[in-house]
Amino acid sequence: MNVVQSVDSVALLPAYLAAGTAVLVLITDLIVARPRATIAVAALGALGTAVGSALVGAGAERRTFCVGADCSWVFGGRAALVGVVVALLTLGVLGLSVPALRAGRSPVGEYAFLLACSMTGGVVLGAAGDLITLIVALETLTLPLYVLVGLRRGSLASAEAAVTFFVVSVVATTLTLLGAALLYAVTGGLHLDRLGALLAEQPELRDLPLTTAAVAVLLVGLAFKVAAVPFHAWAPATYDGAPLPVAAYLSTASKLGGLVALLAVVQRALPADQTGPVLALLAVLTMTVGNLVALRQRRTVRLLAWSSVAQAGYILAPLGALALAAGRTDEARSAAYAAAVAYAVFFVVLELAAFAGVTALRPAGADGGTLDDLRGAARRHPWRAAAFGLALVGLAGLPPGLAGLFAKVTVVRALLDGGAAWLALVVALNAVIGLAYYLRVTAALWAPTTTPGPAAALAGGGASGVPVVGVVAVVLAVATVAAVVLGVAPQLVLDLARR
Amino acid sequence: MTFGQVLLVAVLAVPALGAVAVAATPRDRAARLVGTVAAALTLLAAVPLVFGGRGWVAWSAGAPAVRPWHQLDLQWVPGLELRLHLGVDGISWPLVVLTALLTLLCCAYTMWRVPDGGSGRALVALLLVVEVGILGTFLALDLVLFFLFFEVVLLPMYAIIAGWGGADRRRAARKFALYTLFGSVLLLVGVYVVVAAAGTADLVTLTGGAGMSRGTQLAAFTLLALAFAVKSPLWPLHSWLPDAHTQAPTVGSVVLAGVLLKMGTYGLIRVAVGVAPEGARWAAPVLGVLAVAAILIGSLVCLAQSDVKRLIAYSSVGHMGFVLLGVATLTATGIQAALIGNVAHGVITGLLFFLAGAVKDRTGTGTLAELSGLRETAPRLAGLLAFAAIASLGLPGLAGFWGEAFAVIAAVQVGGPLWTTLGVLAAVGGALTAAYFLRLLRQVTHNRPSPAVGQVGPGLAGAELTAWVPLVLLALAIGLAPTLVLGVAEAPVDALIGVVKP
Repeated sequence: MNVVQSVDSVALLPAYLAAGTAVLVLITDLIVARPRATIAVAALGALGTAVGSALVGAGAERRTFCVGADCSWVFGGRAALVGVVVALLTLGVLGLSVPALRAGRSPVGEYAFLLACSMTGGVVLGAAGDLITLIVALETLTLPLYVLVGLRRGSLASAEAAVTFFVVSVVATTLTLLGAALLYAVTGGLHLDRLGALLAEQPELRDLPLTTAAVAVLLVGLAFKVAAVPFHAWAPATYDGAPLPVAAYLSTASKLGGLVALLAVVQRALPADQTGPVLALLAVLTMTVGNLVALRQRRTVRLLAWSSVAQAGYILAPLGALALAAGRTDEARSAAYAAAVAYAVFFVVLELAAFAGVTALRPAGADGGTLDDLRGAARRHPWRAAAFGLALVGLAGLPPGLAGLFAKVTVVRALLDGGAAWLALVVALNAVIGLAYYLRVTAALWAPTTTPGPAAALAGGGASGVPVVGVVAVVLAVATVAAVVLGVAPQLVLDLARR
Repeated sequence: MTFGQVLLVAVLAVPALGAVAVAATPRDRAARLVGTVAAALTLLAAVPLVFGGRGWVAWSAGAPAVRPWHQLDLQWVPGLELRLHLGVDGISWPLVVLTALLTLLCCAYTMWRVPDGGSGRALVALLLVVEVGILGTFLALDLVLFFLFFEVVLLPMYAIIAGWGGADRRRAARKFALYTLFGSVLLLVGVYVVVAAAGTADLVTLTGGAGMSRGTQLAAFTLLALAFAVKSPLWPLHSWLPDAHTQAPTVGSVVLAGVLLKMGTYGLIRVAVGVAPEGARWAAPVLGVLAVAAILIGSLVCLAQSDVKRLIAYSSVGHMGFVLLGVATLTATGIQAALIGNVAHGVITGLLFFLAGAVKDRTGTGTLAELSGLRETAPRLAGLLAFAAIASLGLPGLAGFWGEAFAVIAAVQVGGPLWTTLGVLAAVGGALTAAYFLRLLRQVTHNRPSPAVGQVGPGLAGAELTAWVPLVLLALAIGLAPTLVLGVAEAPVDALIGVVKP
C-alpha cells in the first residue's frame, strides 16, 4: 500500500483560505496593530474564502485524503454551499461587531482571529467525509465561540454565558465522540459512506443494541449543537449573555454547522429507520417548545434565541419524514435533505438580518435589551425598523417576507411528498404560534412610545444614543436585499440545496 | 402578449406599483391622490377583462372545466410547482371588479377623511397592497400561487386594523391575524396534499379531481374547506370576525366585509369543490348543516347586539351562511346563488359599513341604546341606512334577494328530508334577518333624537356621496338585473357542475 498520499490541494483551497485568514489576522494584529487593518484583513479573508468555496464548488466533486474508495475530504456542491454561507455569515457578523469593537468592549485582534478560526471549522465541516474530521471540524467551529461569548470586558452575564456554553458543549462533544467510538466498535469503519454501506449491507449489525445506542448517543450529541429540545437549555442563556454579534453568529453559522454535521451522519452513515423516529420526535418537541416559550419572552435576544430554537425544529422537520416507510424512498429522502438545507439557508439569511436589525436599532455595544426598548423604533429609524420588521415577518413565514414563506412551503412540501402529513400539520400549526410573538415584536416597532422610561430615553436619545454606524447599516441592507432576492427567486436556493 | 394578458398583469401591477408610489410620495394629500388614481386605473383595467375570449357556450366532454377568457402562464419556482398562472372567467370576474371598485371607493373616501392612528398615506398604501392580494387570489389559476396571494392579504390587513382601529384594536388585529393564519396554514397543507397526489398545481388541470384517490380527495377537501371556512367565516370558526369588523376603521371594515371574506367562498367554489369534487360530495351535508347553523345563529346573535358595527358584522356571518348553503347544494342553481350572494353581500355590506362609520363618526358612539331619531336630524343618512338595511334583508328587487332566495330554492330542489329541512330553516333565518334589520332601523332612525344624535347636522359630504352612490346604484342594478352577474357566470358554473356531479 502506498504510504504517500497524493493530496488534491485545489479541493482543500477553501480550508487553506479560511485558515490562512486566521493566521493573517493574528500576524496583522501583531505587526500593524491597528484595529482597522485587522478587521479589513479578516473581512477580505472571509470574502476570499467565500469566493474560493464557490469557485471550487462550481466544478465537479473533488475528493482527497482517500483510503481506497473512502475519502475524508469530499468537496461537492453541499460543501461549497456550506463554505460560502459560513464565510459570508462570518463577514456579516464581523460587520455587526464593528461598533462594539470600536467602543473598546472587546480586544480586536483576538476577536477577529477567533471568528476566523470558527469560520475555518465551518468550512471544513461541510467537506468532512469521516466522523473524526466531522467532530474535529465541529469543535474548531465551537471552541473559539466559548471565548467569544465571554469576551465582553467586565460583564458578569457574559462570563456566565460562556461557562454555561462551555460545559454543555463539552458534554455534547463527549457524547458525539462516544457515539463515533461505539459505531467504530460495531462496524470497524469511520468514513460516513462506508458506515452507511456497511450498515445497509449487514442488517444483523443494525439489530445490535450497541448500534442503537451508538446512533442515539451520536444524534443526541449533535442535537446539543443545534439546540434541539430537550438539549436546548443552554441556548437562551448563552445568546442573551453573549455580545449581540456573537449571538448572531451562534444562531446562524454555529447552528448551521450543527445541522450540517447532523445531516451528514443522517444522510450518509446512519440507518434511516433508526434515525427517523428520533428526528421526528426532536423536530416536534423543538418547534413546539421553542415557540411556546418564546411567547413569554420580554427580552429581545432571549425571544430571538427561543425563536431560533423553534426554527431548528422546522429545519429538522423534513428529516422526520424518514420515520415512515413512505419517506424512505430515494426520492423522498433526497427531497427531505434538500428541504432541510434549503430551509437552513433561508433561515440564516433572515436570522442574520434580524440580528443586524437589533444591532442597528440599539446603541453601539449594547445588549439586546427588552422589547420595550424597541417600542416606537420605527419613528426614529424608519428604514432600519422596516428591514428588521421584514426579517421578523420572514421568520414568521409570511409575505412580504417571501423568503421565509418559501422556506416553510419547501418543508411542508417535502413532508407531504414523504407521506408525513401529520408532521406537516404540526409545522403549519407551529407557524401560527410563531406569528404571535413575531407579530408582537414587529408591532412594538411601530407602537407609540407611551412611557419614556430611562431605557427608552437612552435609546431615544436620537443622534447621541444611536450613532449611525455605517457598517451595521450596510450589513442590514445586504442581508435584507439577499432576503428579498431569495424571496423572489427561491429556485436559486432550491437548486443549490439539491446538489 | 395579447391585450387580455396585458390587462391581467395591469390589474395586479397597477395597485402594486401604486402602493410603492404612494409610499414614495412625501406629501400626505398628494400621496392619497396618487393612491386613488392607481385604484381607479386598476378598476379601468379590470372592467374590460370581460371582453373577448368567450368563444364557447356549452360545456362539452373532454374540455377542461375551467376555461379562462384570458390567461397568462409563466414559470416561477419549478421546485415548488409554483407558476405565475393568472386567468379570469365568469366566476372570478365579478369579484375582481367588485374588489377594484370597493378599493377605489375606500381610497376616495380616505381623500376626505383619514381615521385617527396614522398617516393617510400609509393607510392608502396598505389598502392597495390588500387589493393586490385579493385580486391575485381571484385571478390565480395555480394552487400555490393562490395560496401565496391568500397570505399576502394577512399582514397589511392586520396593520390597517392595528394602526387605525378603535380602542381595542390591538387585540382584535392579533386575533384576526392568528385566526386567518390558522386558516392559511391548513390551506398550505391542503394545497400540497393535492400537489403531492396529482403532481401538478395547475387549477385548470386539477379541476374535476384529476384522478386523485377518494382518500386523498377527502383529506384535501377537509383541509381546504376548513381553511376557507375560517376566512369566510363559517360558524363556528367565525369568532375573529365581529372583533375585527368592530375595531377596524371604516375603510378597513368595508374591504374586510366587502371582498376579503369572498376569498373564502371563492376558494371554496374554485379550489375546494373544483379540485376535490368527491370530497365535496362527501362533506356537502355537513357543510349544509353548518351553513344553516351559521344563518340561524348569526341572526339570533344579531337580535341581541347592542353595537351597530358589531350587528352588521354578525349579519355577515348569516349572509355568508346563505352563500355556503348555496355551495353545499353542489347544484348549478346553488352555486349561482352563492356567486350572486357574494357580490351582493360585498356591495350591500360595504355600503352598510360606510353608513355605520358615518353614524359613528358623527355621533361618537355606535351603541344602539344611545342612537335614536336619526331621521329627524339627518334624514338623508337615515334614508340611505334604511335602503341598505332593506337591501341586506333581501327585499325582492334589491341585490340581497337573489342570493338568499336561490340558496333556499337550491336546497329544496336537492330534495330529501335533510335538504328540505335545511331549506326551510334557512328561510326562517331569512325572516330573522328581516327582524334584526328592522329592529336596527327602528332603534336608530325612529323615535326622538337621542342627545348623541341631536347634534348631528343633516348634510352629507361630497366624498361620502361619491363613495356611497355607486354602491346604491349597484345594489339596485344587481337587484333588477341579476343577469349582470349570472350571465357571465352561467357557462363556467355549468362546466364546474359538469365535473363535480358524477
